[in-house]
Amino acid sequence: MKWKEVLIRYGELSTKGRNRKEFINRLRDNIRYTFNEIAPLKIHTERDRMHIQIENNEQMDIIMEKLPKVFGIQSFSPVAICEKNMDAMKSLAIEIMNDFKDQDITFKVEVRRSDKSFPHESHEIQREIGGTVLSNYQNLTVKVKKPDVELRIEVRKDAIYMMAQVIQGAGGMPVGSNGKSLLMLSGGIDSPVAGYMMMKRGVRLEAIHFFSPPYTSQNSLEKVKVLANELSKFGYKIRMHVIPFTDIQVLIKDRVPENMLMTTTRRMMMKIADRVREEIDALGIVTGESLGQVASQTLESLTAINDVTTTPILRPLIGYDKLEIIDIAEKIGTYETSIQPFEDCCTIFTPANPKTKPKVDKVKYYESFTDFDDLIDKAVKNRELYIFPMTKPREDKFEGLL
Amino acid sequence: MIYFDNSATTRPYKEVLDTFVKVNEQFYANPASIHEAGVEVNELLDRARMQVADIFNTEEKCVIFTAGGTESNNLAIFGVSKANTHKGKHIITTKIEHASVLEAVKSLEKDGFEVDYLDVDETGTISLEDLKQRVRKDTVLVSIMHVNNEIGAIQPIEEAGQIIHENSRAVFHVDAVQSFGKLPIKFNGDKGPDIITVSGHKIHGLKGSGVIVFRQKLNIIPLILGGGQEFGLRSGTVAVPQAIAFAKAARITVENAQAIQSKYKKWHEDLMKFLTGFGEVIHLLSTKFGADHILSFSVKDLKGEILINALQERGIIVSTSSACSSKQKTTSHVVTAINVAPKFKDGVIRLSFGAFNTDEEIEKFKEEFAKVIKDLKGVNYK
Repeated sequence: MKWKEVLIRYGELSTKGRNRKEFINRLRDNIRYTFNEIAPLKIHTERDRMHIQIENNEQMDIIMEKLPKVFGIQSFSPVAICEKNMDAMKSLAIEIMNDFKDQDITFKVEVRRSDKSFPHESHEIQREIGGTVLSNYQNLTVKVKKPDVELRIEVRKDAIYMMAQVIQGAGGMPVGSNGKSLLMLSGGIDSPVAGYMMMKRGVRLEAIHFFSPPYTSQNSLEKVKVLANELSKFGYKIRMHVIPFTDIQVLIKDRVPENMLMTTTRRMMMKIADRVREEIDALGIVTGESLGQVASQTLESLTAINDVTTTPILRPLIGYDKLEIIDIAEKIGTYETSIQPFEDCCTIFTPANPKTKPKVDKVKYYESFTDFDDLIDKAVKNRELYIFPMTKPREDKFEGLL
Repeated sequence: MIYFDNSATTRPYKEVLDTFVKVNEQFYANPASIHEAGVEVNELLDRARMQVADIFNTEEKCVIFTAGGTESNNLAIFGVSKANTHKGKHIITTKIEHASVLEAVKSLEKDGFEVDYLDVDETGTISLEDLKQRVRKDTVLVSIMHVNNEIGAIQPIEEAGQIIHENSRAVFHVDAVQSFGKLPIKFNGDKGPDIITVSGHKIHGLKGSGVIVFRQKLNIIPLILGGGQEFGLRSGTVAVPQAIAFAKAARITVENAQAIQSKYKKWHEDLMKFLTGFGEVIHLLSTKFGADHILSFSVKDLKGEILINALQERGIIVSTSSACSSKQKTTSHVVTAINVAPKFKDGVIRLSFGAFNTDEEIEKFKEEFAKVIKDLKGVNYK
């Protein structure tokens, strides 16, 4: 079969009125970014669909593999071409319908004849091709209204274009079309999922991670890097800010009553995140909090933590059950990494009985005896920056061994 | 020394030894440790596992590193049989398996399993019709070796696999210790094997290393219990240097397979012709249908041991039928199974080739062998 192009149907962006053009351009750029390895791609955009030209089978394979991950696409279809005669059309139609040979489905043939000089009329093509397909596949039946599969044939000047398969896209909106936010990425199961969900709604992400050596190991940092790298596969590069957090955590433990430790720690993290957010011109902060999951995620705790900023805090998982979150984590490929058992900054310094209903006034009162601002300044200033996807392959320390 | 006993064991490749030493020197941490050094070693182990999985066309979680062929075969047989008693207690194997399979199923017989031993014809091959007759609803395991270690006979693995899978729910184990690297052997959907076992030291790797690989996750009970290493199927701190060395030996073996195989083929044909030249004094146990790296034959009314000694004096190492059974005085079960005539039963000799053998060594063998036969039997090469 000779593949000619992939036809892409837009997701929700079609409804976005005047912003449509910007959205389409964003999607095109994101597709180019995703398929960097087979650049340059020829992409042709129209009002309600987009065409990627295919030059060889290798390109087709890579596109089929990665396109389902790109946000802003409702569905896409591989399109094949053949010569402009009835025999070629028949054999191509049989080849294309072979994808459905194991299913009992209904279908119809839809013809668009934009080249009016083509000697066969639309009805004749419909009848001929439909008959050929039916006699080859016993499992198919014709249904004109709402068939399961539409075999679309377009007669154009240069060739016959044909397609049938409709592959589900990732939905959502092109990453970047809804501004930029800062994701608090801990290394657990929830935060990568939260990041994914915001990306799906078109939000471009940067990530922030709190690193407390020696209480957390290099491994836990490596794990977070892997997660950030995974997220960057959903459409855009991600910068990650790693905050040296040890000094602040030790000071908190020293100055604040044990049952308030967790609340104050979260408040400090939020303060730092907000400072970084401001520096990078992001609009919101994204967290993986899910209501009631742990002590820090009760409505009272969220209120106490939220108190340090007026920045919108986006919590896409707030109404999700843990099992639902795990489902998504498995689907997007972050689960296996997330469950590696390394200490992270949230599991260490955990009091035995944290307050589940902290009072803002009380927390503020206990914090008021200590000046955290200098250490916060220092932590923000000394943060390390990583960019994903990792461009330079790491040096192979096992070179020659295998 | 001219070494023609590569089916007993092989000389390790230099690269494999280098890897073994380097891993011992630099990556000695326990792969189960959570510190950086341990994590690094675990990463290395994963890479080796991936490499082996690729070779057999399976997934990483289906590769278990063991201490060799015998352990792998034992795990396959006991592990599968004992895990599936609810499906039945019937096992099928052949009369010419390696002792690590035969002794294992014999022990299961004592535990109430019923075992069918398939006969072989004079070329050492099973009958597929016979297999089909014996496969039952309650068969839980079929274990058939790919290439026989004593005579080089090849079993029709693909066809056997189809028969087994079409007619039963049995797990199909293939002992590929003698065939890996010499014949193509890998998983192929639901045709062919479910389990393949391989030993490291037969492929120019190290003694004390081997693998058992699965087509997909199987219900299997471990033989060694403890810390749950190797997906719980083989407890004990993983011998990482052996595992890495195995992966490397396997890779080199597969990469070189084609080139080396054509040499074996040439030598096999050449020597078959040469030995036929002695007339009825020599009986060939290997056939042109067998594997090319094993050549087994017998000299009339002559003890194999005498022949081995005579050739050894001339710097040539060969063996009687199999290294494992050569110290026993009785006739080998394989020789019995293929019905060798009594006058040829005691003189069975095996030449087995390896990657380090050369054309010159083959010529030298022919020259010296002719002299030995003239001395011992007074027969001239025609």
